Amino acid sequence: MTEPLIYDISVPGRCGVSLPGVDVPETPLPTELLRKELDLPEVSEMQVIRHFVHLSQFNHSIDTGFYPLGSCTMKYNPKINEDMARLPGFAHLHPLQDDEGAQGALALMFQLQTWLAEIAGFKAVSLAPAAGAQGEFAGILMIRKYHLDRGDTQRTKILIPNSAHGTNPATVTMAGFTAVELPSDENGDVDLQALKAACDNTVAGMMITVPNTLGLFESHILEVVKTVHDCGGLMYMDGANMNALMGVVKPGELGFDVMHYNLHKTFSTPHGGGGPGSGPVGVGEKLVPYLPGPVVIQVEDGTDDEPPLYSLHMPEKSIGRLKAFHGNFGMHVRAYTYIRINGDEGIKDITRHAVLNANYLRVRLQDTYHIPYNRYCGHEFVLEGHFGDAPDIHALDISKRLMDYGIHPPTNYFPLIVPEALMIEPTETEDKQTLDAFVDAMKKIAAEARENPNLLKSAPHTTPVSRVDEVRAAKQLVLCCRPIPEWAG
Amino acid sequence: MSYIPHSDAERQQMLAAIGVTTIEDLFEAVPASHRFPSLDLPAPMSEMEVAAELQALAEANEHAGDFAIFRGAGAYHHFIPAAANHILLRGEFYTAYTPYQPEVSQGTLQAIFEYQSMISTLTGMDAANASHYDGATSLAEAVTVALEATRRKRNKIILSPAIHPQYRAVVRTYHQGGNLKIVGDAGRADIPDLLDMVDENTAMLAVAYPNFFGQIDNFAGLAQKVHDAGALLVIVANPMALALFKTPGELGADIVVGEGQPLGIPMSFGGPYLGFFATREQYVRRIAGRVVGETVDQDGKRAYVMTLRPREQDIRREKATSNICTNQGLMALAACVYLSLMGKCGLRTVAELCYHKAHYAAKQIDALDGFQVDMSKPFFNEFVVKCPQPVQTINDALIEKGIIGGYDLGQDYPHLKNHMLVAVTEMNRKEEIDALAAALKEVPEEIRS
Repeated sequence: MTEPLIYDISVPGRCGVSLPGVDVPETPLPTELLRKELDLPEVSEMQVIRHFVHLSQFNHSIDTGFYPLGSCTMKYNPKINEDMARLPGFAHLHPLQDDEGAQGALALMFQLQTWLAEIAGFKAVSLAPAAGAQGEFAGILMIRKYHLDRGDTQRTKILIPNSAHGTNPATVTMAGFTAVELPSDENGDVDLQALKAACDNTVAGMMITVPNTLGLFESHILEVVKTVHDCGGLMYMDGANMNALMGVVKPGELGFDVMHYNLHKTFSTPHGGGGPGSGPVGVGEKLVPYLPGPVVIQVEDGTDDEPPLYSLHMPEKSIGRLKAFHGNFGMHVRAYTYIRINGDEGIKDITRHAVLNANYLRVRLQDTYHIPYNRYCGHEFVLEGHFGDAPDIHALDISKRLMDYGIHPPTNYFPLIVPEALMIEPTETEDKQTLDAFVDAMKKIAAEARENPNLLKSAPHTTPVSRVDEVRAAKQLVLCCRPIPEWAG
Repeated sequence: MSYIPHSDAERQQMLAAIGVTTIEDLFEAVPASHRFPSLDLPAPMSEMEVAAELQALAEANEHAGDFAIFRGAGAYHHFIPAAANHILLRGEFYTAYTPYQPEVSQGTLQAIFEYQSMISTLTGMDAANASHYDGATSLAEAVTVALEATRRKRNKIILSPAIHPQYRAVVRTYHQGGNLKIVGDAGRADIPDLLDMVDENTAMLAVAYPNFFGQIDNFAGLAQKVHDAGALLVIVANPMALALFKTPGELGADIVVGEGQPLGIPMSFGGPYLGFFATREQYVRRIAGRVVGETVDQDGKRAYVMTLRPREQDIRREKATSNICTNQGLMALAACVYLSLMGKCGLRTVAELCYHKAHYAAKQIDALDGFQVDMSKPFFNEFVVKCPQPVQTINDALIEKGIIGGYDLGQDYPHLKNHMLVAVTEMNRKEEIDALAAALKEVPEEIRS
């Protein structure tokens, strides 16, 4: 199955919109400043609809099937979220509207800041970061500025366990620090001896994911936090896996100084085919003045007749702006809606069922697949996608074969510390029937690996395209389907 | 209201399979002293009640659905065809993840490839990436590319003061950990002044097109001088203006970045938006972010895949030049659908409507006593008005008449106290523009009284 490019169905003279005429006296265009031509498709509205509907049908999505993609929290995205974000009072609100004219939006942001702070046990939250990676970056910049403001200039290192998300070391470099990798012990926890050896007055802080990318809660988390704090470093928690912690433990109470949330994971805002995300940051007392801005503050208390008055505010020692305006507000509306509907009991239930589902799958698959760190997991777990008696079969083959069963593959080849890793995160919104069907598919594939390995090697068989040539894509780089004419470039 | 499907019986079966009696048993690794804290959140609420609450919050805002709006300054109220939103609401698009598995992601991949192609033709660049978070972060990422392209041997960049103030702020946030010298934007430097700052330590010079004041600066000879010094020219562009005006490629840009919000994305109080990023072939392998390339599958069928992956954070880890691991996928789709619907003819028509209406508005306002429009340079759909009163005072009066006035430039530029930046789009009917002029005419008198 292929769909022609939109340019390939273009016919000169066609147009997909009707627009009003000019209702003011025209002003001559400055001809010497104008471009020669505009190379855009010429297609009708129906052609556009069919084209993109056809394309949509080439995608696997949460709305079409199970999506156990580890570390991504592919939970159901409630439809009400989309309707709320599209309310005219939100969608048509200009970002530079005066505070007085944006009180509804600011009240929503203030409330969301408060709820997020409560859920993770932090003093304050900024909604400014546009994505988890930006939240991380903000967190590390805050740690940097905190030390510099105290004249503590020799702290150049950030410690990162080798089970960390790939963004963590890249973030550290971007912020001007050096990443120091720490090994894991035989239980998948941070190696405490290595941590103690690495901690000195050159350590600015540590980034750690809880539960870690093996899906495991650090057994010695309080000791890890204390060790880093004792050498003067601050603790950053990657909150990507917050779906395993809500109502179970508050990172702020464990002593973490800063953490980012992924609204597009834990709080059901859609992944959108790779964004937009939203990555608010929460901080303890020490880092409140350093938050990225603007944040929303309450400037006047409400009365019986009047609601409180809110305002945008740049924290006094802020690391600055991360993007123009105030974060991905449309995602704030969705997350607010989600937390409001779930409420206190619902939020706790989310984590409990996410963890129940993951452990159920882990136990049901443990006799068929090797699970290297096999203990109670959080919201996800990692198994090895290979078999001693079928040596040609790799995690990649199992992944591709799952597509034939209508299931999106788990995250593969991550974390790096497990060979042939398949990282499975079912989320709380999947029912037992779906989980059982996944177990059946995984067991069938394990049998096929021995009996008919070629079925896996040549998979997928039922998708719009078969395995694609990634090497060719990188070597013969084609990133644009239109020639750029001489005059334009 | 809950999105959890488990029945009590199923829960029990699952717990039995795991070998525990309660879900709480699964959390033994969490320190007991901190386990199961109280959670001070409101009680659950029905969808109906939540919708009513959100409706009330939405209606507490003064927005372009209810008011005539003349505010731009980086976000614009443009027409979005109904068909665009219907495509964005396809669950197959908006509930998919990053297209790591190309066999089940061809829809997202081909749409991004088409988006990249359209951004390339708009800007006159060889290639575009799948997008950054917004225009400001695109500029910050362009700085990194320029530093890498000049092999980290140069550490000075020059920013025009006529680039959006918040974009310049974001560049400073992004690069506070490096030893970068950011110059050029402290005062009132015009293009020749900026060129005087270019030296052998300069990695790039960035200008805006149109600039923050809506004006088209004269870039003749600019690229040549920047290139002669071995630096890169970065142009921050408004994509709607590019429907009408010369491509940044024609002006000699090496990198073109900007805010894609005008291309079918609602203003939504500042996000999510779309940072577009396009460049020349020689820099393609240095850019950050997702890039989609064309290839074939095992059967020789055309297919699309994320390419140049080894540059990215999850593979290069601490050696990556950026930690970005998403793009604005759905917003890139929005722009792609919008540009398809508008097409060659429609986009040009919208840009011309903006141009004519803005110039009509400028003439009406310039004719008013006490108001003076800066006509010193050609402009697109935004212009600067010198006002007889503080801008805030005027805007307070305008809102009473159902009009959201322009942006107060004095907030960012001390020498532009009492100067208003007025934006006009195809959404502003002649009656709205006339009402604005009439309201402005009354403003000074009302304030005097």
